[in-house]
Amino acid sequence: MCTYLTEKVSISGSAKGPTGWIRVTDASVYFDHPVHAQAEHTLNIDFLDPAAGPSARVAVELTAESARALAKAIQAIMDSAPPGLIT
Amino acid sequence: MYDAILAESITITGHDSDEIEAYSARTLQAGPVGGVVVLHHLPGYDRQTAEFARAFAAGGLNAVMPNLYHREAPGAAPDDAMAAARASGAIPVPDERIVGEVAGAAAYLRGLSNSNGKIGVIGHCSGGRQSFLAAVSLPLEAAVDCYGGFVVETPPEGHPLHGSPALVERAGNLSCPLLGLFGAEDQHPSPEHVAELEAALKAHGKTYEFHSYDGAGHAFLQVDRPSYRPEAAVDAWQHIWAWFGRYLLSSGSERSQICART
Repeated sequence: MCTYLTEKVSISGSAKGPTGWIRVTDASVYFDHPVHAQAEHTLNIDFLDPAAGPSARVAVELTAESARALAKAIQAIMDSAPPGLIT
Repeated sequence: MYDAILAESITITGHDSDEIEAYSARTLQAGPVGGVVVLHHLPGYDRQTAEFARAFAAGGLNAVMPNLYHREAPGAAPDDAMAAARASGAIPVPDERIVGEVAGAAAYLRGLSNSNGKIGVIGHCSGGRQSFLAAVSLPLEAAVDCYGGFVVETPPEGHPLHGSPALVERAGNLSCPLLGLFGAEDQHPSPEHVAELEAALKAHGKTYEFHSYDGAGHAFLQVDRPSYRPEAAVDAWQHIWAWFGRYLLSSGSERSQICART
C-alpha cells in the first residue's frame, strides 16, 4: 500500500550529491514505496533545498531495520558529544 | 499485424485547463482503436509505468500517462518531482485534480485520428485507487484497478485521506466494467476489502471481474521489485488484454489482432 504519510522538518546543513555539495533547508521523512531500494516499503529521507529546484535533493531509502539503527546511532552520538559543542 | 508505435513526451490539457506533461504511446495502425489512460503509482511518472503504456501501444491500442506531479516540478526527473510533491504537501494529489487530469488524458486519446472513441483507464498501487476514482467520476468504457488501496478502507485519523468518504460509497456511479487484480496476501487492500468492494458492485448491478492471486501481495506486477510474482503477473496481463479487447475495440477483427499480440 501507499502510506501517503510524510513528516516535514526544517533543517540547516549541507548534503553532497552527484553535482557536489548543496545547502539543505528542508527534509521530508516518509515510510512508503521506494524508487530504488529492493524492499516493498522503506524509510525515505529527502534532504532538500527547494529554493534551488526539485533536483537539489539528496535522497536515501533505508530498510526499516537500518532506519531504526541509524536513528539510534544519531541519538547516541548526539548524546555523547562533549558538553558545550552542541549549541 | 502492423505493429509500429510512436512513444513520446507530450503536453496535454489537464485539470482546470492547465497544460501538463504526459507520455503518449500510440499504435500507428490506421484504426479505429481504443485508448487507455495509464495512471502511475506513488513513486511517480516513472520508466516502469511508461512501459505499461508502450505495451498497450505495441498491442494495438493508444495509451497516455499523465504526469500527476508535473505541476509541482515541471521538467524535473520523475523521482525528484515526487519528492517535490511530497515536500509541498501535494501527496496525495487531490481527487478533484486527478479526475481533471484523467478527463484531459481521455480527451487527448479521443482526439487522435485513429481513435474509435472508446477509453479505458488502468492504474497500479495509488493509481489503482485513482483508476476506480476516475471510473466513478467520468464516462469511460473500461477500468482496471491493480491493487489500489483506500477504495474501501477509511483512512485513520491523521492520515492525509482521512475525512473523505470511502470511494466504495460511490460504486453506484461506476460508469464502466471494472477489472480488479489483487494479491491475496496484500493487506491494503486486504481480501476483506476486496470482498466488500465486490459486494458493493454486485449490489449496484455493475459489471466487474475480480482476480486475487495466492502467493502474491501488493505490487505483484512490478517487474523490478521484490514484490514481483511472475505467475500472477502473467495471468493478470492476460486478463487486462482480454478486458480492454472486449470493451475498447469495436469489432471482432480488432479483438483478434490484439489477441495475436498478447
